[in-house]
Amino acid sequence: MAADATTAGRGAQALVGGDQLRATATEAAAPRAPVLEVRELSVEYATSGRPARAVDRVSLEVRSGEFLGVVGESGCGKSTLLFAIALLLRPPAERVGGSVLFHGRDLTAFGEEELREVRWRGLSLVMQSAMSALNPVKTIGALFADVLKAHGTRDDEEIAERSHEAMRLVGIDAVHLRSYPHQLSGGMRQRAMIAMALLLSPELVLMDEPTSALDVVAQRALMYQIRRLQQELGFAVVFVTHDMSLVAQFSDRLAVMYAGQVVETGPTQDVFDRPAHPYARGLFDAFPSIRGPRRDLTGIPGAPPDLGDPPPGCRFHPRCPKAFSQCCRVEPAVSQVSRVDVRCLLYEPARGDPGTGAPEPTAGTAPAPAAEQT
Amino acid sequence: MAGNLSRGATQELAPSPPAPLLEAAGLTRHFHIGGMRGATLHAVDGVDLTIGQREIVAMVGESGSGKSTVARLLARVYRPSAGEVRFNGRDLGALRRRRDLLAYRGAVPMVFQDPYSSLNPVHTIGHLLERGLRLHRGDLDRRGRRAEAERVLEAVGLVPAPRLLARYPHELSGGQRQRVGFAQALSYRPSVILADEPVSMLDVSIRIGLLNLMREMCNDEGLSLLYITHDIASARYVATRIVVMYAGKLVETGATEDVLREPAHPYTRLLLSAVPDPRAPVSAVDMGEPPKVVDPSPGCRFRFRCPYAEEICAAVTPELRTIPFSATRAACHLAPLPQS
Amino acid sequence: MASAAATDQVVLPPLLARLSASPLGRLGRAVRSDRKAATGLTLLAVFTFFSLAPGLVARDDPSAEIYAPRLGPSLAHLLGTNSFGEDLFAQVVYGTRESLVIAVVAGGLATVLSIAFGLTAASAGGAVDGILSLFTDVFLVIPTFPLIIVIAAYTKNPGDWALIAVLVVTGWSYGARTLRVQALSLANRDFVVAARLRGERTWRVICSELLPNMTSLIVANFFGAALYSVLAAAGIEFVGLGNPTTQSWGTMLYWAQTEEALQSGIPLWTVAPGVCVALLGAGFALLNYAFDEIGNPALRPTRRRPARAARGS
Repeated sequence: MAADATTAGRGAQALVGGDQLRATATEAAAPRAPVLEVRELSVEYATSGRPARAVDRVSLEVRSGEFLGVVGESGCGKSTLLFAIALLLRPPAERVGGSVLFHGRDLTAFGEEELREVRWRGLSLVMQSAMSALNPVKTIGALFADVLKAHGTRDDEEIAERSHEAMRLVGIDAVHLRSYPHQLSGGMRQRAMIAMALLLSPELVLMDEPTSALDVVAQRALMYQIRRLQQELGFAVVFVTHDMSLVAQFSDRLAVMYAGQVVETGPTQDVFDRPAHPYARGLFDAFPSIRGPRRDLTGIPGAPPDLGDPPPGCRFHPRCPKAFSQCCRVEPAVSQVSRVDVRCLLYEPARGDPGTGAPEPTAGTAPAPAAEQT
Repeated sequence: MAGNLSRGATQELAPSPPAPLLEAAGLTRHFHIGGMRGATLHAVDGVDLTIGQREIVAMVGESGSGKSTVARLLARVYRPSAGEVRFNGRDLGALRRRRDLLAYRGAVPMVFQDPYSSLNPVHTIGHLLERGLRLHRGDLDRRGRRAEAERVLEAVGLVPAPRLLARYPHELSGGQRQRVGFAQALSYRPSVILADEPVSMLDVSIRIGLLNLMREMCNDEGLSLLYITHDIASARYVATRIVVMYAGKLVETGATEDVLREPAHPYTRLLLSAVPDPRAPVSAVDMGEPPKVVDPSPGCRFRFRCPYAEEICAAVTPELRTIPFSATRAACHLAPLPQS
Repeated sequence: MASAAATDQVVLPPLLARLSASPLGRLGRAVRSDRKAATGLTLLAVFTFFSLAPGLVARDDPSAEIYAPRLGPSLAHLLGTNSFGEDLFAQVVYGTRESLVIAVVAGGLATVLSIAFGLTAASAGGAVDGILSLFTDVFLVIPTFPLIIVIAAYTKNPGDWALIAVLVVTGWSYGARTLRVQALSLANRDFVVAARLRGERTWRVICSELLPNMTSLIVANFFGAALYSVLAAAGIEFVGLGNPTTQSWGTMLYWAQTEEALQSGIPLWTVAPGVCVALLGAGFALLNYAFDEIGNPALRPTRRRPARAARGS
């Protein structure tokens, strides 16, 4: 596979650029240091009343080459979180606390010039809808050239070379560099967006629901492509979505968000098979499957809270089947349960009434316990 | 809810397949696109469909498959270019009087996909239900209408009903709005509810509630549903029969468990393999997309993506037929194909 | 909004739902909180008061030629007097009624025509839409002022109604276009399709489903038409095609011009009515913008509360 070797070589070459922000520890032998560290990040939206806290003290870690899925339903703050990490927040949204560390350096302290160095080379963003993210009056090639020129590549030949390479990586014929976005099909447009994000071989790609506008077959193809590219080029991915089963199949780690907080984080197998947090459990249980026996399912009753006026204590307690007396009074901190981090009073042995402690498996993997009355 | 038995349809107690309530035969709809040369978009071609009593039929397909167009043809939003729709044996095209058409609309109402645009923002829920009842339940007086409005709201799980009647749509969540849509359909005492992707715009944890509601309505109120969706898993959850659409044509139909266990048509197989399964290993899947069918040539529309395609597939358009050794019907020349 | 103990309770909707479009009940609050709207409303209120009770504001009879001519502004005559010896301030105040009434009536009638043409075209579709749109476009491109002059010149003894008729005929077409477009986009919303599927008759769909959702645009339209009427009426009267014996700002301008006010040292005769025309027009324009914003959330400016002190990072 000579072609692959050349690509790998070229990929590696692009990685070891002149920029000191690149991690040199991408060799297999070295331990994987986190590429991205988010610490206690909080974002508020200004409203006519109290500000709404869309993201509340979120902490995450992403290592090199890792695929982190951030799942949650609408209004949980996952898109806001992603934009906050990319430092793209605009009023009325405002970061009110916490930091974003890229290779140990705090991006929130960077000025515009320094940020430009990091953007697209170190960290890039793929957005939800290609039709609105791609300028409709420019060809794909022109859009690629814009990105490359904005980030320091002036030489036309190099621009052409990188553009062709990016298209090849995502499996689009290079002739489409001359096409306009509306001339491509939905799946191809999304792949073009991903190609654009990979132009400068970043180490971290943030993706905001890039598959939600696609049909199931195109979705599957795109996910497979992303995974393959990840393994080939070695970049890390933070993938925000509401589709749990999709991300559970492809991710290494999962973070579940509810009402602006991360309620559970851990390796995908652990979080998906044995969710610790009652919300995560309810969520994963709400998926009918096409294989296995047909079961009766219940969703999670109620609705997510108003972020401008969240419930006191744990934000999930009004809907939680396992809530006890302390839940409406005390805000849970993050506890560690085997390899998973959970934000739930059930796992804080110091506080009040004891919970069950050990996470129960989801009904799909083991003989189900009696369905709880909600 | 004492199930209302007099739905205008005869109650069959025979064990054989129930008499179809709603039937479509050769249903076709073309749209003219493009100015001068007049190309024709074949949204739906030759679809045969039956919906019997007390059953939920799922119509599954990707975008461009024509499933929403079929729903709109059944709801008589526009007329078919060819083919006919029969309700209780009567051809819809023969309905001339406004009263007859109104009766049909009451018997076969539609529930829409988008909870944020399916309710008029300036009217209360009560007003919406009242309008529907005025039009379709002339047997009720004002007090009767109010009672019925409260009854259907409770039937779909929206309580306390009196308070909800005074609310505006923007005060309700997406899931609640969809329930209102079902409540209104229920208030007509329908025979078949056409549900056009009723849960795809809702959050996952809310979807199950509505899917359960649909099952209840079928069992408790005795009505049938046509559930249109692109999500096979939810189709499996509610439907006893499943119909698969591709590029405007019906490619496979049968009992849900049969189709899912042993799909006969290559497209159905592709669709099933693409459904995310967290426990399945990651493997490659084809990269194609469904075509926009404009002035098509004869032959199977799936042949460009089909791994088994042969010459006959390009020459002759396959018809729906019963597949030997299988319980389903599929439109494929080569089925039954070896299970991979 | 307390909730009962049941599965889907009526809970306070999430933040995003609350920020989205609101029913008519919220319009008042929106208008009051918007600075543009508040300013426009104030201006209108002042002029309405002038027109309703001019005697309370100005002591003198505007057509009484009893004072010394060409006086400058003083405490006795706030704006001075004109060459006929009439008090200018009284003329301005009494003239408000004519201008305001014409603006409101002409604006209102033009809006009614816009609704009729626009919504009929949108609902009927097909050939009817084509013919009506063509008709609208013809009126849209006819140069208004020459048309006004031609019509007014042919009308003998032009009264108020003739003036209003001219304004309405030249002013309805723009609104018809905007309303038609909005009605078309609304007609594709699910709730309109749902209403038709419910079995509602077409006129009911228009009145009950479409119109209420177009209120803010219709109101904005009205203010736009009123603005146009104020300016056009003043223009017609200034040129002498109105009735020169009526008490209005336009006729003041007409007489000021024939009496060469600017050259003979009483500029206020021209400036005062001109400023009033501008202010009334501005009042309508501001309300027009405000209602446009209410109707189309995309136009709303993002309002930020002032940053609070010392946010830690």
